[in-house]
Amino acid sequence: MSAVIESHHDDHHHGPAKGFSRWLYTTNHKDIGSLYLWFSFIMLFVGGAMAMVIRAELFEPGSQIVSPEFYNQMVTNHGLIMVFGVIMPAFVGLANWMIPMQIGAPDMALPRLNNLSFWILPAAFGVLLSTFLMEGGAPNFGWTFYAPLSTEYAPPTVTFFIFSVHIMGASSIMGSINIITTILNMRAPGMTLMKMPLFVWSWLITAYLLIAVMPVLAGAVTMMLMDIHFGTSFFNAAGGGDPVLFQHVFWFFGHPEVYIMILPAFGIISHIIETFSRKPIFGYSSMVYAIASIALLSFVVWAHHMFTVGMPIAGELFFMYSTMLIAIPTGVKVFNWLSTMFRGSLTFETPMLFAIAFVALFTIGGLSGLMLAIAPADFQYHDTYFVVAHFHYVLVPGALFSIVAAVYYWLPKWTGYMYDEVLGKTHFWLSFISVNLTFFPMHFVGLAGMPRRIPDYAMQFADYNMIVSVGAFLFGLSQLLFLFNVLKCVYYGKSATAEVWEGAKGKGLEWTVDSPAPYHTFETSPDLTKPQTNS
Amino acid sequence: MIFRTFLFALPFMSLSVFAGWDDVNMSPGATALGQEIFGLHMTIFWICFAIGVAVLGAMAFILFRYRKKEGVEAAKFDDSTFLEFTWTILFALILIGMSIPATITMIRAYDDTEGDINILITGHQWKWQYEYIEDEVSFFSNLSTSLDERNNLAPKGENYLLEVDEHLVIPTGARIRFLITANDVIHSWWVPDFAIKQDAIPGFVNTGWTQVNEPGIFRGQCTELCGQYHGYMPIVVEAVSPEEYKEFIIQKKEAKLQQAALTEKLWTTEELMAMGEGVYQKNCVACHQVNGEGLAPVFPALAGSDIVMNDKARQIEILMEGVQGAAMQSYAEQLTEVEIAAVITYTKRSWGNDVNGNGEIVAPKEILDYKTNKL
Ligand code: HEC
Ligand SMILES: [Cu+2]
Repeated sequence: MSAVIESHHDDHHHGPAKGFSRWLYTTNHKDIGSLYLWFSFIMLFVGGAMAMVIRAELFEPGSQIVSPEFYNQMVTNHGLIMVFGVIMPAFVGLANWMIPMQIGAPDMALPRLNNLSFWILPAAFGVLLSTFLMEGGAPNFGWTFYAPLSTEYAPPTVTFFIFSVHIMGASSIMGSINIITTILNMRAPGMTLMKMPLFVWSWLITAYLLIAVMPVLAGAVTMMLMDIHFGTSFFNAAGGGDPVLFQHVFWFFGHPEVYIMILPAFGIISHIIETFSRKPIFGYSSMVYAIASIALLSFVVWAHHMFTVGMPIAGELFFMYSTMLIAIPTGVKVFNWLSTMFRGSLTFETPMLFAIAFVALFTIGGLSGLMLAIAPADFQYHDTYFVVAHFHYVLVPGALFSIVAAVYYWLPKWTGYMYDEVLGKTHFWLSFISVNLTFFPMHFVGLAGMPRRIPDYAMQFADYNMIVSVGAFLFGLSQLLFLFNVLKCVYYGKSATAEVWEGAKGKGLEWTVDSPAPYHTFETSPDLTKPQTNS
Repeated sequence: MIFRTFLFALPFMSLSVFAGWDDVNMSPGATALGQEIFGLHMTIFWICFAIGVAVLGAMAFILFRYRKKEGVEAAKFDDSTFLEFTWTILFALILIGMSIPATITMIRAYDDTEGDINILITGHQWKWQYEYIEDEVSFFSNLSTSLDERNNLAPKGENYLLEVDEHLVIPTGARIRFLITANDVIHSWWVPDFAIKQDAIPGFVNTGWTQVNEPGIFRGQCTELCGQYHGYMPIVVEAVSPEEYKEFIIQKKEAKLQQAALTEKLWTTEELMAMGEGVYQKNCVACHQVNGEGLAPVFPALAGSDIVMNDKARQIEILMEGVQGAAMQSYAEQLTEVEIAAVITYTKRSWGNDVNGNGEIVAPKEILDYKTNKL
């Protein structure tokens, strides 16, 4: 856990405390960033282990290693953990580490709140995972927990699930308040909004999305709680309620949530591509507008997850058109990244490799998304492996690769040491090959008719499922290499310079402080109204 | 064992994998609507494929051409309003191009005039119920793949997990309207060849329609997570000539009359036990398990249950009415009087219940009386 080592010149500041209490009581943005990142790293292996169980069960037709009931618990918790326990905390961790450094602030605006928003997260996941030990088993109704399967027909542990979702929501809201306050109030003099680094921009917008939709999620689970324990009938048709209402409320949260998991990635990838192209980002302002318009559109597309619930045709058409519109700002971003690389001077260090894979594979995920937007065709795609392929393409080689890229990119800044480049590249190539082996064939079985969330399948899907499982096992193993590389860097790495990358010159304030970044940075803010020098 | 199979299969797999287009693409459709949606899918696919090739191709070129070289400096440009506008408009045009055929197909799929034949489809955990509204014929359709096949104790058949005991039979050439709903949780009724996927939602009735012109068998599955046996509630639709269809309806009606006669007949204990075992295997094992032990805490054991051993009246009531708020549903519609009497007798006389309890026999007449008294 010594991602941050003691500051060299702490004669007039206090350094970190010793032992566990340092982490428990810390209000330092770098410590909290490390906590978030380690937490999500651990959860990646927990959620990943569940994915391995799923793929082992699906290795061949016929019952393999777990019961259908336990299979559903695996599917549900794999989804919940990857979304709320891996991708989101990892981005918050990166925000904690990088936003103050990128805007020239000494810390986050609300450091105690920061501590609290992290420490309730392990509690939330402790509650969720403890349901595996309870009578009735863990939640088994999918990460989308559609009523009435998650209310009248749920195992008794659903109440713990609801509690845990409430805590996760509180954590996200506190985190977002902190991020918005920091960005709006603590920028260095001269850093106007339109001069902010893109990662900061992407997080500013993401934080607003979080504040807007987390209460909606809290509302959905509260209505479930009322239905289960207090005799209401929000979602119970027999009592005059409406099961489809649940889906509207859920996806009104759920669709912006999807973008919450990708917008910060857009910021990260922009930084990495400009650094390793040795060129400024192409179309900075259109990048900002694109992120903002994706965020706005995300509020009016939710029912494209519900094309088969029996909406009136006007609804189907509206949600089809609005969803297709999202392709425009997304396409703009992809073209801007290509134009940034165009006529650059490209080198392919590990972060750049992951960033390039991000652009390529996110494009594939985006195109399958465009296909899914076509409502009449979605009647055939909906709830099949085609959808599973689509969202894994945007979440694994999308969001997850961007996080991995960010870790390789900033790790030398955090620790003061270089990671092992050969190991990093090996990690990349293994991940790249296995991620495609895992998720590409899912398009095929999905189109051929395999529904999602089933523990066993018809014979015609057997070959591809075996390939998918082999890919998944390989992908899982490759991530151990990532863990090893990070640990090796922390304990045995070679010292890194302040600038770390040749192309990082002038690419942001974080490269002007020492590597490792001192425990306290920018106690007096840099004045950007004066010409910049790299220390 | 699994891995050995894999290593062995590897060389063959590469062959078989690319053997059939069917295995990698959507069903081309057996109805006009199915074919139209397939056509739309292919149009959209080729557009996306072309965009993908263009973008990834351009990217590959850039990565190769502009890799760092000695003495070559990176360019400095960082914006071009003209380019941003050009490609924004380009994207908009492509999208408009895609939305036109999509809208046309959507309007055709939403045609909801009445059918020649209207069939009410109800999703239950974990089976489908089909009711021919005009002919007042109704039956349930259960997965018929054996447990041995599912547990790898017997070789798997060609239609593994895609076969049922009772097909949904429809006539060719007629317009069939499906009214789709559910009894417990949300299910979704999907037959890829018809391009119908409609959620079956308790309290709602959704519609879908089809017209099949050639006889054939069409298979599909439930596509909305509906509990532990979600993967085990397939759909089989059989399209037959109008004459055969008439024959089918007549048979179904006769069977109904025969059932009524059976209820009047005197049944021996052995007959009831034999039939009861079959009914139990088909309808109850999913929750109460083969050995009657149930699955704690949700599904109670029937072996040693006080109700099963000693309270005949209550057990009849449970089977006829179901238990409110629990997965135990009413079987009054799904099973005949004889079947209900048989399965109750079976549970009262199995797993030692006859030794520990009264081991009574329940006659079909008693179930009929229960029904009559209720009226
Ligand atoms: C979908 C799962 C499911 C199926 C299928 C099912 N049951 Fe049940 N059964 C339950 C549940 C849950 C209860 C407990 C209801 C309660 O009291 O809360 C129950 C209760 C019972 C009881 C009362 C037991 C007691 O001691 O309270 C009997 C008797 C019974 N079922 C018989 C049957 C028979 C016979 C069948 C087959 C025709 C059957 N069940 C099929 C779920 C099921
Ligand atoms: Cu179902």
